[in-house]
Amino acid sequence: MNTPPDLRYASSHEWVRLEGEIATVGISDHAQEELTDVVFVELPSLGRSVDAGDPTAVVESVKAASDIYAPVSGEVIEVNPDVEADPSLVNSDPYGKGWIFKIKVSDSAHVYKLMDAAAYASQIS
Amino acid sequence: MGLGAKLISFAGWNMPVQYTSIMDEHGAVRSACGIFDISHMGQFIVSGPAALAWLNGLLTNNIAKLGIGQGQYTLMLNEQGGVIDDMIAYRSGADEFFLVVNASMIEEDFFWMAARQPEGVILRNESELWAGMAIQGPHSCEVFSRCFPSEELPPRNGISRTASGSIVCRTGYTGEDGFEFFSPAAEGISYWEKFIEAGSKPCGLGARDSLRLEMCYPLNGNDLLPNRSPIEAGLGFFCDLDKGDFIGRDVLVAQKTGGPAVKLAAIRYLEKGAPPRAHYPVLAADGTLLGELASGVLSPSLMTGIGMAYLPADFAKLGTKLSIEVRGKRFPAEVVKKPFYVKPSSPDSSSSQS
Repeated sequence: MNTPPDLRYASSHEWVRLEGEIATVGISDHAQEELTDVVFVELPSLGRSVDAGDPTAVVESVKAASDIYAPVSGEVIEVNPDVEADPSLVNSDPYGKGWIFKIKVSDSAHVYKLMDAAAYASQIS
Repeated sequence: MGLGAKLISFAGWNMPVQYTSIMDEHGAVRSACGIFDISHMGQFIVSGPAALAWLNGLLTNNIAKLGIGQGQYTLMLNEQGGVIDDMIAYRSGADEFFLVVNASMIEEDFFWMAARQPEGVILRNESELWAGMAIQGPHSCEVFSRCFPSEELPPRNGISRTASGSIVCRTGYTGEDGFEFFSPAAEGISYWEKFIEAGSKPCGLGARDSLRLEMCYPLNGNDLLPNRSPIEAGLGFFCDLDKGDFIGRDVLVAQKTGGPAVKLAAIRYLEKGAPPRAHYPVLAADGTLLGELASGVLSPSLMTGIGMAYLPADFAKLGTKLSIEVRGKRFPAEVVKKPFYVKPSSPDSSSSQS
């Protein structure tokens, strides 16, 4: 299972890449493998303000719809139109082209309360 | 996000939703061969000189039309003409019938029948005795031949016994050629492995649901309900109103004469959208709420949303524009001809695209 060491992870299987005050969010390799066959992604609206833990996007497989929670608080400043057009990117490249939304974080220290790769890897092992 | 377990509880059984992925499994059945564990389904044996006449008073189809070794799809109704269960009834002997019923309805079916059982009829619930598996797909005949080189599959809708005492039924729930295989329970696992070794891919309940829904085959509890009749469900073909009386017949005759007020319509998305699922609201073009989806899925063969819903008859006409509401958003859809999926090789395949 791929869990890149430079990312932070939520117990609900989202990953976060923090660059300055911008957090890019997607779902982990483990999560995409469990979901299988992502066929639809519902993105949040731009400018929406979210608290950590808020359902923010929806990823659907043939089997089920799953909420994606904001791992950190802040404002949604960008969404990935490519995963809307081709939801399978979430499966094929979960940490790259399969990112889902970006949040301008209200407090970047919150990101470091999330798990590091080692802690997440042991959660899912 | 919440990751669901891949095992779910279904009618008291722990059943896999998927082994690899619903898409893969669905594709295997459409193009090659898949195998489903259907051990949860129920098997009743009805026998005795009065069995035929009695069953014909309980079931909608005409069981007298079956020769020995033949089977038919049929329904058991309540007094109001609503569906208790749908099943396949086989004539396994001159005075013996083999019924395959839904897992969730084994007890209810059995009590309903036992309460009406006359002299001269023996009714046995053998559901615990048989393991069951459905082998489905264009390569299913070859899989059978590899496992039973000296035996032949029964003809479509037929039933036969293998030399080793298992039951083979040439039927299924996928729209593909295939057979259902019932072995003594203790031998189930070894046959399961044998069929996989012979080229069938294990498939879970997820693919079973997407395959059957592409064919508009109803699922009891979703598309068949105690307050909906087979006429409303579009299953009039399996109800012989001329064979004599049976429970629920009066209601069916009245609905057929006057036309049913509601119909189970096949609904297909007109553009890309969130996968439709059971209980999502169905709206008319002007936004009026008409009902909810009985079943819904993203069709892996057509890569578009499909579903069925009971709608007022005026809104169940082919071409009627509707929308399906998913988390507050409306996705345009229309009523289309059943089934959603027609095999590309068949001559009327173009109609499925209409």
